[in-house]
This record gives sequence, structure tokens and C-alpha cells, in this order.
Amino acid sequence: MKDTDIKRLLYTNLLCVFSIFLSIFIPSFFVDNFSVLEAHLTWLCICSASVTTVNLLSYLVVKPNVSSKRSSLSHKVTRALKCCVFFLMSCFLLHIIFVLYGAPLIELVLETFLFAVVLSTFTTVPCLCLLGPNLKAWLRVFSRNGVTSIWENSLQITTISSFTGAWLGAFPIPLDWERPWQVWPISCTLGATFGYVAGLVISPLWIYWNRKQLTYKNN
Amino acid sequence: MRLGSGAFAASCVAIEVIGVAIFIRGFFPAPVRSSARPEHDAETPAPEPVAGVRSNWTKLPPPLFSKVVIVLIDALRDDFVFGSKGVKYMPYTTYLVEKGASHSFVAEAKPPTVTMPRIKALMTGSLPGFVDVIRNLNSPVLLEDNVLRQAKAAGKRIIFYGDETWVKLFPKHFVEYDGTTSFFVSDYIEVDKNVTRHLDKVLKRGDWDVLILHYLGLDHIGHISGPNSPLIGHKLSEMDSVLMKIHTSLLSKDRETLLPSLLVLCGDHGMSETGSHGASSTEEVSTPLLLISSAFERKPGDIRHPKHVQQTDLAATLAIGLGLPIPKDSVGSLLFPVIEGKPMREQLRFLHLNTLQLSKLLQENVPSYEKDPGFEQFKMAEKLHGNWVKLHLEENHSDILLGLGTKVLRHYLGALKTLSLSLSTQVAQYDMYSMAVGTLIVLEVLALFLLSTPHVLCRKAELDVPLLSPVFSLLFYLVFLVLSAIHVLVCTSSESSCYLCSLSWLAVGAVMLLVSALFCAILSALIRMVIDSTLLKKNAADASSGWSEVNLLLLLGTVGHVLSLGASSFVEEEHQTWYFLINTLCLALSQETCRSYFLGDECEPQRHSHVEQQCVNLLACPLQDSTSYNTPESGTAGKRVSLLEAQGSCKWWTVLASPWLVLLCCRLLRSLNQTGVQGAHRPDFSHWLTSSDHKVQLSGLAALSLVVIFMLVQRRCSLVSKVALALGLLGVFCYRAAIGIVQFPWQSDNKGISKGIIEARFVYVFVLGILFTGTKDLLKAQVIATDFKTKTVGLWEMHSGLVLLAALLLRPHNLPVLAFSLLIQTVMTKFIWKPLRHDAAEITVMHYWFGQAFFYFQGNSNNIATIDISAGFVGLDTYMEVPATFLTVFGTYVGPVLWASHLVYFLSSEGNNSALSRSCFCYALICSVPVATYIVLVTSLRYHLFIWSVFSPKLLYEGMHLLITAAICAVFTATNQTRHRRA
Ligand SMILES: [Zn+2]
Ligand SMILES: [Zn+2]
Repeated sequence: MKDTDIKRLLYTNLLCVFSIFLSIFIPSFFVDNFSVLEAHLTWLCICSASVTTVNLLSYLVVKPNVSSKRSSLSHKVTRALKCCVFFLMSCFLLHIIFVLYGAPLIELVLETFLFAVVLSTFTTVPCLCLLGPNLKAWLRVFSRNGVTSIWENSLQITTISSFTGAWLGAFPIPLDWERPWQVWPISCTLGATFGYVAGLVISPLWIYWNRKQLTYKNN
Repeated sequence: MRLGSGAFAASCVAIEVIGVAIFIRGFFPAPVRSSARPEHDAETPAPEPVAGVRSNWTKLPPPLFSKVVIVLIDALRDDFVFGSKGVKYMPYTTYLVEKGASHSFVAEAKPPTVTMPRIKALMTGSLPGFVDVIRNLNSPVLLEDNVLRQAKAAGKRIIFYGDETWVKLFPKHFVEYDGTTSFFVSDYIEVDKNVTRHLDKVLKRGDWDVLILHYLGLDHIGHISGPNSPLIGHKLSEMDSVLMKIHTSLLSKDRETLLPSLLVLCGDHGMSETGSHGASSTEEVSTPLLLISSAFERKPGDIRHPKHVQQTDLAATLAIGLGLPIPKDSVGSLLFPVIEGKPMREQLRFLHLNTLQLSKLLQENVPSYEKDPGFEQFKMAEKLHGNWVKLHLEENHSDILLGLGTKVLRHYLGALKTLSLSLSTQVAQYDMYSMAVGTLIVLEVLALFLLSTPHVLCRKAELDVPLLSPVFSLLFYLVFLVLSAIHVLVCTSSESSCYLCSLSWLAVGAVMLLVSALFCAILSALIRMVIDSTLLKKNAADASSGWSEVNLLLLLGTVGHVLSLGASSFVEEEHQTWYFLINTLCLALSQETCRSYFLGDECEPQRHSHVEQQCVNLLACPLQDSTSYNTPESGTAGKRVSLLEAQGSCKWWTVLASPWLVLLCCRLLRSLNQTGVQGAHRPDFSHWLTSSDHKVQLSGLAALSLVVIFMLVQRRCSLVSKVALALGLLGVFCYRAAIGIVQFPWQSDNKGISKGIIEARFVYVFVLGILFTGTKDLLKAQVIATDFKTKTVGLWEMHSGLVLLAALLLRPHNLPVLAFSLLIQTVMTKFIWKPLRHDAAEITVMHYWFGQAFFYFQGNSNNIATIDISAGFVGLDTYMEVPATFLTVFGTYVGPVLWASHLVYFLSSEGNNSALSRSCFCYALICSVPVATYIVLVTSLRYHLFIWSVFSPKLLYEGMHLLITAAICAVFTATNQTRHRRA
């Protein structure tokens, strides 16, 4: 593991953070009275799209996973299709989990689903980019001592922090402050976004800090 | 002295119960009550005070009004009448307020701003304390002295139409009534039509003295669409026309009779900006009070700012107006404008009666009443009054009389105001000394718990309790002396009444002994811990290896829940916290099952291999619970083996699917009963089921649940109890059919409804039978020392006996809760706890969490109103206090109790010596942490706005929960004792 690797990781992550900021500020030039709280659903779509784009771009440019194995076009297409299916599956799975957590079943379906989309953008899309549609690899990364590179380490940190953010975001809902952001699912989406951003910022720093202790099986 | 950790925990919880009881006694001041019971009345009314000569007026003054009509509009806020809405929608009322012969006030309601306590306040004039709420839980009948009781005793005929609550409060007081139920909040037209339809007939007849109308529609509109809805305007117009109808009818009658009549328009509470009520915001406590009578003078111009008075003032005013004695517990003062037009002698007489009643109440409730400024003022006014009467009887000069009279009047009004105020604040005084002693005991117990946690969890399940060592006995006497000195000091110096000071010396001495003994025990535990930690310091190695995600979640969840109790919203919505936690727990378990299945758990460090090392970590963190019940030797085999075993016994996918099944069950249960404050009015499945149109569905569901319960419970029972269980569950259905809640398919709809005494007692016989069989098996296992089997069967039979009792007490729509609870227990036992080999502490915490969640699944909340008191009447034809209390408490705490009994069974069936004992310790610890923290929180929040509406009921719930925990721990220890003797 070299410092250049960590630097590259830092820049990619900062790019992701930047894309989230863009999704907050750019639409207000095109749409009148745009704000994250009022036009929340629009913002969710824009944010999810921009984060996905940046992730895909960085995957194509940086190619952190050193899969040297040449593969045919058809293999690539099936792989891409599989990724799409995985993404949709994760959206639906998260939607189901939200309903199990007590989200209304019939009302606010669109809101709940978009929250699921955003959360899977923050978690599933990076996983798909890095690990591909390979469940076993996912499980390996997310169990203790299963990480094999700094990219996977960063992925682990951002995913866990996004989920934790969304989880913590549910706390203010029962409070009686009657603020506009306490409405389902705004506080949760905001929590997930904050968690994701925090994970992106923290992970390179944390890896840099612990670079002596970190030993990966590959390196 | 050596103690098993179970026995240690049980005794600690028992001591904690004492501490909490002392705290609660100090926190809830005894309500202001007159000692004279309402039964023995017929006492002569107080005569007029005279100086020297005899008064010729000893009877009660005659009534001021011949008829009284009270129009109570639920949730009528002051600005609906006096504000712009009133001007717009209530033109007639506005005319009466501005130009008519009326007096208008803004009456302030005291929280809780809920209908029943407010009706009580209006009719008794007293402020219901929270202790009353508990006391009156068993019988809804209002036992205190009140205006309606007095009116009935005086032979007045009372007619009532409106909210059913009145009929429950005053069951025999009305000569004619029609109660409408306030159950269907969505209906705001029919409820009021049901009241108004009687009006024409009753007004024409005129053979009554008091007419009470309680309109619910406005409150329902508020709950549906808030105070700014257009529906409000329509409703107010409707109410205005009702008022006009009554007023014109009364005016036409007034011409025929000698005395005028009185029309009262009032609200029981207001409405917040969201349309709800219950708390203490200005919108919720301000209600209009309008007194209309031709006896009053017409006003020249409009008065826009009505005077603020208390809601409790109405009772005294009504009593005087009807010529009745003022209710004994009333703390209100007479509304003076009502009697303003009377001759001076009558005015003084009325004021004297009211002041005398208040000062009597003060004498009975405040020991140092003579120092009260109101009382002094009263004595002064009474003396002056006597002089005035003397002058009056001597036919003295009218100018002097008038001058002196006004002076007496002023004194009386001042005295009334001060007395009323000091009586109302008497309710809200805390007995800080008792609270402090209670907190001290609870915190000492908690400290003792926390200090012995590492010892219990890692070493052995036994503790040394060095109470008798000589050093500590010296310290013990010292502490005891200091405490006694403090006690004497506090009790001699304080003016206000204090519970501990009023106790006998023996009891106080016992409490002080307890406190000092606990203090010494804590010190000794501290010293032992210091020695331990120096011994074990060398071994302190890898700290975080023992932490699995589930462990972390259990610890963080417990801490988070305890901290959340400081926020009123989290207390109101505590069910959300628990649902959230068990959901997360299930997801964490699902992750654990996935990982251990797919990865064969090679990444997991051998959790159970280094028990000794982990104990060192335990010293640092008391709540970590890593000691497994499987011994280290078998633990080294790791989880892989256990998973293979699991695959042998059950399919792998069942293991993976079981957390999701549990999640699904929880989601279904969640939509069965909406609870809490924000969600309470949302439609839920139980409302749908209990409405009379869906009796068939309810019967089907109840029958299905009973079958499921039988299937799940019978597997582990002996044959005898199997049969008893089946008959008992059949009896449960018969009981519900007999009281008319469910029906058999062959039954016609309109069958006579009985109280179902025989059916219920039939079930009780089987409950006792099963419990008896279980106990017999347990005793047999202890005496004969056979294999585990007898004992396990015995414990399961005890569990199933409790299940049967719960099935009887829970209302039919809650039977699915019971069925799902058994299902989850079975699934978790078979597919999660056994294959994944969780340790005893983890399983204990999980059982506790599920127990708490099921407490809310059955529709409970942290509000007193959700307690199902009907459980206390099952199978009893009259009210009997002890069984009724027991049954109500069991019915309320079914969830925690059943999960605890399952815990006992499960750990015993696993067959490990110390697991049960450790688990008992963990259970006691995890239950006492929230109580101790909550007591400290409540003390610091005692001036919070929601202290009476939110925090106090929760305190009572916590206290009761601790009592139940103590009982559970005692049972734990008892079961464990047999094991010890056997081993
Ligand atoms: Zn009401
Ligand atoms: Zn209401």
C-alpha cells in the first residue's frame, strides 16, 4: 500500500462529496424556489443520479479492482445487466425493510421508494462498481477482517456510515418539535446523506492514520 | 455470607422496590381531601357568624335559580366564543356576551386536559391528583362529594344527554339519560344529533331541575381536521342555534315561575393548534364559561376581555346557585358576579359558607394551617362579619352598614382567593426529603449491581457479601448515626408535611439501617474490585475481540433507551423505540445467520475460547455479556460445528428466514394496535375488529389464534395438561361468546348477554390445575433428582398455565398478540438461539427487549388511560380488590411476564448450572437501570411542563414494572435453588 493509492482514494471520494454538493446547488439555477426540503423528491432523484454517475466514472477511470482477466463483450453486457438487477433488488429489499420498520404501507410509497433508491445509491452502487455482482465477496468485505484493499476498506466505512446515518435519522421523527424536516422520510434521507459524506471524508483519513497497522492479504 | 447471584439480584430488586415506593410516595403528594366521607352527611350547615346575639338564620340560604341548564361543548376553546370565530359563527352567543344578561369568564382547566378528569373538576371542584387516578382505576364511579350527588340528595331531578362518561361517573344520579359513545372519533354529526333530538321534548316538559347536555362533535372535528377546519364553523353555528333554542325556552318559562333559571355554557378543555388535547398549552387549558340568567343585569356595552377564573370555581357557584352545600373537596371559589345583585346579608352569607368550607379543607390537609395568610384573613373577615350581623340585627344606620359590609366583602374575597390558591398549590408540592431517601436507596442498589457485574459474569455465579466484617460494622454504625441526625434535623426544621417524618420511628430506623448497610456493601464491593483489577491487570489483552455486532447493539440499545426517557416525546412514543430496537436486533441476527452460514464463520474470532481473558474486559465494561453457557471446552469447536448441527436438525433456509419471519410478525402486530400519543387516533386493525359490524371476523380471528396457541403450547406438555389446556382454551372462547364479544357460527346475533361468570371460572380451574401440575413436577424433580426432563416439563407447564390465563384476560382482538408471541418464541429458540449459541446474558437481554415490545403490541402505552381494567372483572361478579388488582396487573404486563417465564424455561432446558443464575442477575440489572435513571431524570424535570401529563404516569408504570421484576427474580431464584441442591 502506497501513499499514492490513498491520495487517489481521497480524490475520488472528494469528487463524490462534490457531486452531492452540486446536486444541492445546481438545480436552483434551473428551477425556481428549489430547496432540498420543499422539492425533496426531485432532489432525491438528482442526488441519486449524480452520485451514480460519479461512481461509474471513477470506476471507469481509476479502475481500482485489478481484474486483469480479459472478458468478452457479452460477458460485460451480462455483468452490467446483472448489476442493474442487483441494484433494483437492493432498492426493493430496502423498501421492504423500511416498511418492516414501520413506514406506512400504502401512503407515501413514492417517498419511501425514493429513499430506498438513494440509500442503495450510497451503498449498493459503490459495491457493484468495486466488487461486481458477487454476493460472496460482499459478505466477505462486510465481515470482520475480510477486507483486502484500501478501496474495500473505504467501501466498508462509507456503507456502514450511510446505514448508520439513515438509522440515526429516524430518531427525531417522534419528537414534537414540528419541524418540516421531521417528516418521513426527510430526516432519514438527510441522515443517510450526512452519513455517506462523513464516511467519504473519514475513510481516507482513517486509512492514512492507520496505514502502519493495516495489512491486507493481497499487499 | 455467600449468596448465589440470583438470590443476590432478587434481594437487591426487592430493596429497590422499597426505594422506589418511598420515592413515589414523596413525588405524588396526597391529594387535598376532606376527611369526612360523603356518606355521613346531614350535618347542619354552618350558621352565620354573630357577635353576641343569636342569629335568626341558621338554615342554608334558598336557591338562587329554579332550573339550571349546563351546555358542555367538548373541546370548546375560549376564542371559539370570545374571538373572531365566535363573532362570525355564534351571533346569538356573541349578542348575549356583549349585551345580554350574562357573565362571561375564561375558565382555566388544569392538565391533564382530558374529558373525564375535567368533568370531575367541574362537578367536584377538586383537582384530581395522580394518586386518585390510580385509586379510581377500579371503579369509574365518582366517589367524591360533588354537585350532582348533593342535588340528588336534595331531591332535584337531573336529566342528562351526551357523552357516556357522565353515565359511568354518575350511574344512579339521572332520572333520565341517553349516553352517546365517544368511541368513533370520525363521527361528528350523529353524536350531536343524538343529544339535540331530545331537546324540544324536554324543554317543553319542564319537569326537571338540572339539565346537562354534553356535545362531542366539536372535539371529534378537532381530532380529525384541527381547529382551523371549515367544519368548526358549521359546528359552532349549530351550537349557537341550540343555545338560542334553550335560552328562548328558558326565558318564556321564567315569566311563569318566581325564580329565574340559569344557563351555563362551558367547555371541558380547549384544543391545541393541531386539534388534540391532553397537555397544558394555553390553547388547551383556556375554555369559555358563560353564565346566562335573567337575574343578572344587562350590560350596557361590550366587554371584550372576560376575567380569568379556574374551572373548579363552577362547582361552588352551582352549589350556591341551587341552594346546596358546597362539595367538601372543592378548592374553587364562588364566582362573585353571580351573587352581586343580592342583598348584602345574603352575599356575605354565601361568601362565608364558601370560605368556611375552604378553610376546613385547609385545616384537614395542612398541619400549619394557622400560619396561612388566607386563614388569617378568613378569621378576620368572620369577626367583622359577626359585627356586621349584630349591627344589622340592631337595625342600625344603613350608611355604616354598607361601608362595613363592603369592607367585610373585600376581606372575604381576598381570603377566598388566597385559600383557593394555597389549596391548589398544595397538590403540586414535592416531598423532597422522601424523594431524596428513595433515590439514595435506588442508586445504592444500582451501584452495588454495577460493581458486582464483572464478578458475576466471569467467575462463578456466587458472591461474597461481607456484611459482618468488623471494620464495616464500625462504619455502619457511624453512617447510621449520621443519617439519624440528618433525619431529626430535617423533620424538626421543615414546615411542609413530609411522609418519612410522619412514619413511626421504627420504620424510619429500618430505612436508615438499610441505607447504611447498602453503603457498607458498596464500599466492600469497591475494595474487592480494586484488588481484583490489580490481580488481573497482566491479562488485559485484546479488548474488542469479544464484541459481536449483536452484543454492541444490545448494549447501545439499552443505553439509548435509558437516555431517551429524558425527552417527553420519547416517553410518549416509547413503543416506537422498542419496535425500532427489536427490528434492528432482527436485522443484526439476520446478518449473523447469513455470515455464519455462507462464510462458515472463519473470520469470527473464537468467542468462547478465552473466557478468562474476556473477563478482564468485563471489568472495564460492566454491561458486556460474553460469558457463554457452553463451557470453554465445547466452545472451542466454534460455530461451524453448531451450524452443521443445525443443518442436521433443520433446513438451512429456515435459519436464514427466521429473522425475517420475526420481522414480519412484528410488523403485523404493529398495525394491530395504534398506541402512543401521535398515532393513537389513527385507524388500526383492532378498531376495525371491535366495531360491531365485524363480529364474525373477530370470532374467526380469535378462534384461529386460540388454535395456534394450542398447537404451539401443547408440544412440550404432559398429556394431562394437554387436555386441560385444550379445554381451557375452549372455555376462553365460550367466555367471550357469553359476554357477547364473539359468537359461535351456529349462534344467532341477538342472544342474551351474561357476565360469563361460570365460563371464566371454568377456565380459572384449568389455569390452577396446569400450574399445580407444573409445580408438582418441579418439586418431584427436586426431591427425586431424576433427569432434567421432569423439571423442564414442569417449567413449560407453568409457562403454559400463564399463557392460558393471558388468553382469558386479553381481549379477543389481542389474542393474535399472544399467538405471535408464542410463535416468535418457538422460532427464535429453534432457529436462532440454539444454532447460533448465544450466551445467557445475550438471550436475557433479547427476552427483555421482546417483552417490552409486546407490552406495547398489546395496545399499552405510557398513559394511564390505556390500562384495560376490564381484565380485573373477568369471572368476578362483584368488585374484589385483591384479585381484581392482580388480574389487571397481569393483563397489562402479559408481554414482559410471558417472555420472562419463557426465559426461565429456555435456560433451564439448556441445562447449565450457572446460566440461570447469571440470567437472573442480568434481568434484574437491565430492569433496574431504567428505573434508577428515570427517578433521577424525573427529579430534575419536576418543573417540566409535561410532568403530570407525561412523566408521572411513566413513573407509575416503571414502579409497577420493577415490582413485577422483583416477583420474576424471586421465581428465578426459586427454580435455581432446586438446581443447586441437586448438583
Ligand atoms: Zn373532552
Ligand atoms: Zn378529544
